Amino acid sequence: MTPTLAGRIQSRLFLLFTAGLVWTLLITPLLPAGFAPLTQSYRTTLIALVLVAVLGTVLWEPLYHLLQQFRWEKDWPAILILLQGVPEGWLVYVVMRDVVDLPVGVLPFVIHFATTWLVVFACLHGPLRVPFIRWRFRGGRLI
Amino acid sequence: MPEGDAAGDLSAELLSSPVWTDAQLARAGIPVVDAPFVSIGGGMGSFVMVDLLRISGFPLENIKVLTTSDYPWENYEYLTGVGQLPPGYRIRSDSASTPDNIWGFPSYAVRAAFGARSVRGFIAPIWNVLTENLLTDYWTPLAGQVFQGMSREADRIGYWQTLAKGQARMVRRRAEGGYFSILTVEEGSTRRIAYRSSFVHLAVGYPSVRFLPDLQAYRRRYNDGYRFVNAYEPHEHVYDDLVKQPGTVLVRGGGITASAILHRLFNDRERLGAQTQVLHLMRTHVDSSHGPHVFMRRRGGDGWAYQGFNWPKASWGGQLKVRMEKLGDEERLRMWQTIKGTTTPYRKGWQKQLRKARADGCYRTLAGQIDHVDPGPDGTLATFIRERDSTGTRRIDVNFVIDATGLVGDITEHRVLADLLEYTGAERNGLGRLQVSPTFEVPGARHGDSRLYAAGATTEGSYYAPVDSLLGLQYAALTICDDLARLGFCRRIGPIRSISQWWKWMRNVTP
Repeated sequence: MTPTLAGRIQSRLFLLFTAGLVWTLLITPLLPAGFAPLTQSYRTTLIALVLVAVLGTVLWEPLYHLLQQFRWEKDWPAILILLQGVPEGWLVYVVMRDVVDLPVGVLPFVIHFATTWLVVFACLHGPLRVPFIRWRFRGGRLI
Repeated sequence: MPEGDAAGDLSAELLSSPVWTDAQLARAGIPVVDAPFVSIGGGMGSFVMVDLLRISGFPLENIKVLTTSDYPWENYEYLTGVGQLPPGYRIRSDSASTPDNIWGFPSYAVRAAFGARSVRGFIAPIWNVLTENLLTDYWTPLAGQVFQGMSREADRIGYWQTLAKGQARMVRRRAEGGYFSILTVEEGSTRRIAYRSSFVHLAVGYPSVRFLPDLQAYRRRYNDGYRFVNAYEPHEHVYDDLVKQPGTVLVRGGGITASAILHRLFNDRERLGAQTQVLHLMRTHVDSSHGPHVFMRRRGGDGWAYQGFNWPKASWGGQLKVRMEKLGDEERLRMWQTIKGTTTPYRKGWQKQLRKARADGCYRTLAGQIDHVDPGPDGTLATFIRERDSTGTRRIDVNFVIDATGLVGDITEHRVLADLLEYTGAERNGLGRLQVSPTFEVPGARHGDSRLYAAGATTEGSYYAPVDSLLGLQYAALTICDDLARLGFCRRIGPIRSISQWWKWMRNVTP
């Protein structure tokens, strides 16, 4: 990808709240959450989704964009987007556990976060260009 | 026979008038054919433009492509072939730069993966695009894969029906609105046909192959095209000769073609036992990373400047593209100067081969320029080289010189462009090429509601850097298509149409 900062943020938000949301709604009932009621599980996964969006917009994307400036091509290789999931997932988990104070299980969180990350990643690298033919020429901006 | 002497030919009146009337053409006896959209060139630029128009729902019968080419990749195939990147080699182009598919999805790498017959064959291209430009080199398609894809797409969209074969001669404004494009057709005798259109699209490619003055001077004086050759003309005899007998070859240039030629020469050493000694002359010998500041430093070393593609990747559709469009004229020109330059991709295979050749003592780089070339003893060439940091010239005798320095002549060397500059209000940009607006319109040639567009290498130096790339041609076509939609000439490709057309592409169904 060769994103601009606005393109990064728009693509993230759009994909999280389309593909990411649909995936979250589908996978949440299947997570190994013990005897927790489904409403509690949905509450946890949807808050995780919102945190990925918020922390990504205010913290991570500006940081990635800064790092991108050191690259001559001003591109952002696919593998980096995949690996971003590690620190981002860790931070979302910590914030949920210690700041939002939710009872979040490690295994269901990892399954939900990792699979959602992969779905969004896959959509970002091809399928998104099918409806949005100009997206790749606009640094990832949709509007 | 001079132009303007016969019925059906360009009269003196027509030649000197910047604006033509229907009556003038009738008087000259030139038949007129109506085609609302005319593309001149018939290479990949025209092909991608027609593809976009078809995807937007534009009727096939309203498009004419004026060309001497039998198929869109003919010239490209020829130039890459003689430049040592034949169909089985990897060209310098991104996986998602797919002239047969405006969406860039599925990309060439994905197609290669799904076309593989082994697990390894499936994983390798995917892993490569996933990690490219970080752990691996850029994944690039085989020239043949690109040609095959275009062939399928040309069949799908009915491209072949749009072709009007002949030599495009000029474009002039029509007094009653629109343009006339003159096509010279050779069918026993020479005939002129005027295509009357509302829109003209110029995608004529390189105006000419560029021969440096030293090459021209040598050829003129000694009438020898055997030992001093340009990389973009057939020169297979050089490799044949060097396999048959040991010799020294001087390769000049620091771009992808020089890389490909060196690769061929060293392959011949490794596989065919050639004893070739290679001298590599670079005018700008790049010793290390370089650039104006820490945020704009390009990798380099061993003489080369390294870059994945012909322009930094973000100039295709990222922050460099956005910046280019926003800058004022002077700042934009400075930006062009910063990001331009001869570069070659860093490919691990090539690096390994060059390291080995250096260690074997059969490859040496020189920094400098050729002053002149004379015939040497025993059929050799005496090259006189002005080296960097030294005064005077140094003589080196070699068996062959292969010049791989560049490709592009002045735009006036192309008849249509020269005529356009003289009669139709076109202007040059900061790099001396044809100035186009951000929508790829030639501003000075605007005529009422009619528009004249240009794409490809001709327009380098305007608002968009990678015009001379597969992706750049797609961007130009999409932008022009959007502009035509604004003018009400075709439909804008929105998300729903885009999805339905993509699905048709996947099923190989007519748009």
